[in-house]
Amino acid sequence: MSAISMKVNGKAVCGAVEPRTLLVQFLRENLGLTGTHVGCDTSQCGACVVHVNGTAIKSCTALAVACDGAEVTTVEGLAKNGKLHPMQEAFREHHGLQCGFCTPGMLMAAVDLVNRKGKTLDEATIRHELEGNICRCTGYHNIVKAIQAGAENM
Amino acid sequence: MDTGIGARVKRKEDHRFITGKGQYTDDINLKDQTYAYFVRSPHAHATIKSIKEPEWAPEDGVVAVFTGEHVAEDKIGGLICGWMIHSKDGSPMKAGPHPILAQGKARYVGDHVAVVIAETKEQAKAAAARVDVTYGVLPHVVDVAKATKSKAQIHDVAPDNTVFEWSLGDKAATEAAFQRAHHVTKLDLVNNRLIPNAMEPRAAIGSYDSGSDHYTLYTTSQNPHVARLVISAFHGLAPEHKLRVIAPDVGGGFGSKIFIYAEEVVCVWASKRIGGRPIKWTAERTESFLADAHGRDHVTHAELAMDKDGHILGLKCHTLASMGAYLSTFASCVPTYLYATLLSGQYAIPAIYAEVDAIYTNTAPVDAYRGAGRPEATYLVERIVETAAREMKIDPAEFRRRNFVTTFPHQTPVIMTYDAGDYDASLKKALEISDYKGFPARKAAAAKQGKLRGIGFANYIEACGIAPSAAVGSLGAGVGLWESAEVRVNPVGTIEVLTGSHSHGQGHETTFAQLVSDRLGVDINSVAIVHGDTDKVQFGMGTYGSRSGAVGMSAISKALDKVEAKARKIAAHVMEAAEGDIEFKNGSFSVKGTDKKMAFGEVALAAYVAHKFPTSEIEPGLKETAFYDPSNFTFPAGCHICEVEIDSETGVTEIVSWTAVDDFGTVINPMIVEGQVHGGITQGIGQALTEGCVYDSESGQLLTGSYMDYCMPRATDVPSFKLGFTETKCPSNPLGMKGCGEAGAIAAPAAVMNAMTDALGVKDLAMPASPHTVWKTLQATKMAAE
Repeated sequence: MSAISMKVNGKAVCGAVEPRTLLVQFLRENLGLTGTHVGCDTSQCGACVVHVNGTAIKSCTALAVACDGAEVTTVEGLAKNGKLHPMQEAFREHHGLQCGFCTPGMLMAAVDLVNRKGKTLDEATIRHELEGNICRCTGYHNIVKAIQAGAENM
Repeated sequence: MDTGIGARVKRKEDHRFITGKGQYTDDINLKDQTYAYFVRSPHAHATIKSIKEPEWAPEDGVVAVFTGEHVAEDKIGGLICGWMIHSKDGSPMKAGPHPILAQGKARYVGDHVAVVIAETKEQAKAAAARVDVTYGVLPHVVDVAKATKSKAQIHDVAPDNTVFEWSLGDKAATEAAFQRAHHVTKLDLVNNRLIPNAMEPRAAIGSYDSGSDHYTLYTTSQNPHVARLVISAFHGLAPEHKLRVIAPDVGGGFGSKIFIYAEEVVCVWASKRIGGRPIKWTAERTESFLADAHGRDHVTHAELAMDKDGHILGLKCHTLASMGAYLSTFASCVPTYLYATLLSGQYAIPAIYAEVDAIYTNTAPVDAYRGAGRPEATYLVERIVETAAREMKIDPAEFRRRNFVTTFPHQTPVIMTYDAGDYDASLKKALEISDYKGFPARKAAAAKQGKLRGIGFANYIEACGIAPSAAVGSLGAGVGLWESAEVRVNPVGTIEVLTGSHSHGQGHETTFAQLVSDRLGVDINSVAIVHGDTDKVQFGMGTYGSRSGAVGMSAISKALDKVEAKARKIAAHVMEAAEGDIEFKNGSFSVKGTDKKMAFGEVALAAYVAHKFPTSEIEPGLKETAFYDPSNFTFPAGCHICEVEIDSETGVTEIVSWTAVDDFGTVINPMIVEGQVHGGITQGIGQALTEGCVYDSESGQLLTGSYMDYCMPRATDVPSFKLGFTETKCPSNPLGMKGCGEAGAIAAPAAVMNAMTDALGVKDLAMPASPHTVWKTLQATKMAAE
């Protein structure tokens, strides 16, 4: 077991993990942050996207030990002081979610997209940038609308 | 703000999902929990000669290993198929045994052979790899078209691997119609096998409490009460009052979570075997591919007979339907009563005859998947109608219009009585929205860019809210298909609605609350919808077949009628007026002709303090229950128009326009309904262009066992959709609702493939029409032309 520490959603945390423990396991099982989901075993679906040091990654593909010392933001860390993040608000406003399972990963990918590409996003860009996130419910139509609106309000 | 019927109310459930506070089964952990991992067959068909465990060391963390022998020792019954189908010769379907852990034989790659229970997930998985199973490999068959002539004998009870040979309709009348035909269109169609892929993999936590001799199962179910019923009555694990089934937040279902699966039953059964420690199992995505019930997999020959003016005289078809290696929970009704009964489409077809042979193959079981039988029916009808129109050189819209059912009720030759609809209205609206008239110009413009542009229609009809119970019982259903509801008004006037429907993305917490808000004039935020727990909700049939609106909400509506009736009586006593003088409007009871008034909440309080009415006549409290059994199916219908552009060099297809005009009857929340349509269309586009389950015929292995191999539609594969609605009320339920959950998936494959064949100028093209498939077709067409 290796001792690791990191800052998750602004809070210092530590734990003992096996070398093979994935970041997503550490978040879900050690920290009880079950908002980050596991939807596949091939890093395709994107339900597990979180931010590590400000960049979106798939937490099913990162070892927890490799994130020792990192700053991690999960979906639980998006809202600040009880106020929803504009992207969360936009997903609600535009019905960008149905079953909610892919939603945390979609939100984290969307925020990262705006961080990288700015607030003005056209439909084609958003669709292309969502290549790493699968949704089975919404047909993406409202997710695209939500991201466009959320980006403008960020 | 309007929160009643028809309002675009934002979803109440969203807050927990967008903040990461949803509670899915895998998010739940019970004290002292163990983990299960299943040993699965690597062979498509094999006898199990022996199962040996190594000597486990303490660090292996193994708690127990169970096999079919342990299941037999405890006399745990096998998985069942709950719909009896009889063959043409009157014989009952040939259902082979389906034990929860294989007994003597494995019948598909992924079949559950043994389970390892260990202290951690990783230990369970590592130990499962060390369980030594000796197999005797048998001949196998994975292709439904080859299964009846195969050397593989999958179940002893089913010679030629045939489950049943069923038919519907009047054979002689149909043959006579074909004799009279001016033109006959023939089509061979394959409805490709799909893997449902809800984003949340299946999961379960089973636990046994020896103190009270009581079991609890947390599971990813669309119908927890049905799960409890089957586990009690057929698996014989425990009587219903000793088993609680909880389906918490469920991350999508699409049919795949209707069924009672081996893994869930094993977890709850084996918990007692290990002294009551909870057992958790969460499917890896690969297991979802291997062992969730798949969908579709039909091979069909169809013929359509027309007179000289393009009026349809008759339709006949023969379908081979793969059942997979075992009959799943509702497998048998999908290619029969959910399929052949819809073969009349939106058209007045005088004679129809359908033959369906259900066949075992060495593949995962096949069962209901979004639409279940109705997409297969629509694909057949809409492909052959479009082909007939092209062959007879009649505009496809006009051909359809000539054949539409225009008077209601309409009795089809295949059981259904369509109750209401206006098919021409949805066609007309779709033609307008899609600018059908402008298509030739768009096609010409595309051609200049080297693109082949095509247009395709799908005028689908489906049957939802399957019922009445007595009717489905006469057709072989093992259950009734009603729904229950309980409306509990609290003394302060807040309301809990307990429903037997289950939401796994459909937004029931919002739409059901809208109904209550609308009917009782109360704040939507004072209404809570409770579902998914057999200890809370008395009973329910669950959510599938787009039934939760038409059936589930009708049950709530009935209970609300009773609440209102009792509240009127109480209000009359409190306000000292005759009951007939009480008016109820906008959440307040008033006495006609006076200024006397009581808010709904005041009447609720009066009901509970029970000071001002005779409790010998009126019981205290305000809580009512209803069981609602529909008097007919509902018949949503509509018109979808798809336009594609194909790159003539690469075979890459882009869907450039999509119009959907649907008639769902009363719409409670248009925002949610539109979302259902978007999602359904995308699943249908997936079937048409990207998704296809492939088993290797040589090895019997599943070749599409991950998202690297099975192509899920992604954001770039679909366009934004143009939606419209028409409305004819459903006359058979109090709300006039028809159902909307499956329409998109039913309409879309035919619309896409009609557009693809139009663009390419070919009669048929296999689904999924991947760029490779399209490119090969383009090359063949070029070569034929040269």
